[in-house]
Amino acid sequence: MAGEVIRAENLTKVFNRGLVAVDHVSFSVGEGEVFGLLGPNGAGKTTTINMLITALKPTEGTATVLGYDVVKQANEVRKVIGVVPQEYTADEDLTGYENIILCADLYGIPRDVARRRALELLELVELTDFKDKRVETYSGGMRRRLELACGLINRPKVLFLDEPTLGLDVQTRAATWEYIRRLKREYGMTIFMTTHYLEEADALCDRVAIMDRGKIVVTGAPSELKDGLGGDVITVAIKEDVDVTSIISSVESVKDVRKEGGTYRIKAEDGEATAPLIMEALRRRGYTVTRLSLAKPTLNEVYLEYTGRAIRDVEESKESFIARRMTLRRARGR
Amino acid sequence: MSGTGAAGECRPSLARGLWALTYRELKKWLKDPVTLVMFVLQPLIWMGLLGKSLNIGGLFSANIISLPPQVPIPGDAILHPPGLQGVVLNGEALARMFADMGPGIMKGAFGVADYFSFMAVGIVSMIVVTTTMFSGMSIVWDRRLGFLDKVMSTPVSRAAIIFAKILNATLRAMFQATVILALAYLLGLQLSPTFTPLNLLGVYAAIFLLSVGLSSIFIAFSIRSTRIERPMHFVGLITMPLMFSSNAFFPTRLMPSWMQAVASVNPLTYLTDAIRQLTILPLDATALLWDFTYLGLFAAALATIGIVLSWRCLTR
Repeated sequence: MAGEVIRAENLTKVFNRGLVAVDHVSFSVGEGEVFGLLGPNGAGKTTTINMLITALKPTEGTATVLGYDVVKQANEVRKVIGVVPQEYTADEDLTGYENIILCADLYGIPRDVARRRALELLELVELTDFKDKRVETYSGGMRRRLELACGLINRPKVLFLDEPTLGLDVQTRAATWEYIRRLKREYGMTIFMTTHYLEEADALCDRVAIMDRGKIVVTGAPSELKDGLGGDVITVAIKEDVDVTSIISSVESVKDVRKEGGTYRIKAEDGEATAPLIMEALRRRGYTVTRLSLAKPTLNEVYLEYTGRAIRDVEESKESFIARRMTLRRARGR
Repeated sequence: MSGTGAAGECRPSLARGLWALTYRELKKWLKDPVTLVMFVLQPLIWMGLLGKSLNIGGLFSANIISLPPQVPIPGDAILHPPGLQGVVLNGEALARMFADMGPGIMKGAFGVADYFSFMAVGIVSMIVVTTTMFSGMSIVWDRRLGFLDKVMSTPVSRAAIIFAKILNATLRAMFQATVILALAYLLGLQLSPTFTPLNLLGVYAAIFLLSVGLSSIFIAFSIRSTRIERPMHFVGLITMPLMFSSNAFFPTRLMPSWMQAVASVNPLTYLTDAIRQLTILPLDATALLWDFTYLGLFAAALATIGIVLSWRCLTR
């Protein structure tokens, strides 16, 4: 890892109503890295990013971005970072071009440079044909791309993306991933993103920190985390209502068995070879296997391992998600 | 896009930020001509219907007072010369005398002979108040739609954010006032002989002062509300009392004393009087000076409180 770009130490945010959104979180992000904060809605990801981009003051702990303290040198931080928020924040009454120029003015970028760069960025996010149309007429994907262009106007050294593909269709999501990869590849930009999509973290991030209920439970490269689980996961269910844990664990190359209700979660090195052995062992004792599945570990298994819950179980219905968002927004006081 | 730029090229300045944010507001405003027209329409209806229908000057005309051709006056009503049994007056001549007194009574009460001119200036004050407050309200939307968060994530001066809102409210108020004043002139507003086009600068200065004070405090209030309804109800609640407890529609001198006390602290009284002095009344320099002193103090006090409160909210 080259130079350290972001450093957070014991970062904590307690909202007025006693809600501990972020609870003593520490991590560091290296230069040129794509770092992902992964976790379900309400885990504290947005609050963490808001502290790093100086939108919120931490209750406790410190954070620096490129060596600047996010509280004491907030204005220096703001100059060198780019922010692409979760919401569509562009002014709907203005055109895409006008929005980017407005951002440039807020950063104090010289006029001629701003004009040239705005056109380049519109080209990058493929909005050149729509630059003089009001944002009101843009689709969700176009708005997201415009947000990205606005976030890049000051040529940030660090780009913060809050749920960059939330609510986007598969195609637009893939395109967004491509932009992010390009930024890293061509400009060596350090990217800090939050997401609750496991595939996204897996596909884009060099390293992820898994966040649950305000705490970081584990940090590492996705492949490292998956390997750390100790192999593949085999899930088995039998017809009989008997505990067969000891039979399964006696099979060679089975590393761990956990009974969860009527099913057994088995960790094994070489899943493809082990699964038939387990089935055979159970059948020999006269048990009937009703279900068997084999999973290569994904970040969901990693999440499950560290929090005891599947990330998808934590996903809420749309209504409760919106209700929770509103509560959080109010708690954040903005 | 080539390479990652140096942070040194970012030179956010108060002036640049203020200009950019104000320009945005004005552009949004001009792109919505319907709202623009609606905003002028309401006071225009007030002025056109109320101002013209309340023909107070018409009360003092010969045909309002119906007198018989001969008006007998009994002896005991006559003191001089003593001893008269009574006289009979020409009713027609008496009615004419009454009508001739009309403009004098109007001038005594309103300062001008026609009520329309008097109340048209009151309507100008009204539009200054409503425009100022409605413009300040837009910060609620900026906040709800995330635009404020975006602006806050840039290094732009926080002061620029607040000043841009105040400036926007003030510029809109001045523009609307100009439109209403021009329409009033077309509808028959009588300018005083002391009026010169230069007086308009004074009119703008007075509007500027009231608008700055009022919008500062209103923005501080709006910036804290998460829903647009709250400031909206507030405007609805405050506009009428503010109007009627000032000299906008009726001279305060003729009001009950408790209302005179309210009117004497109501900044609208001073704005309205300042505009009247500069347009329809024979200019009274002392009164105008007093108006400007009060408006200046009002603007300074409220702007200070409002800006401090907004600043605290933005830098928390």
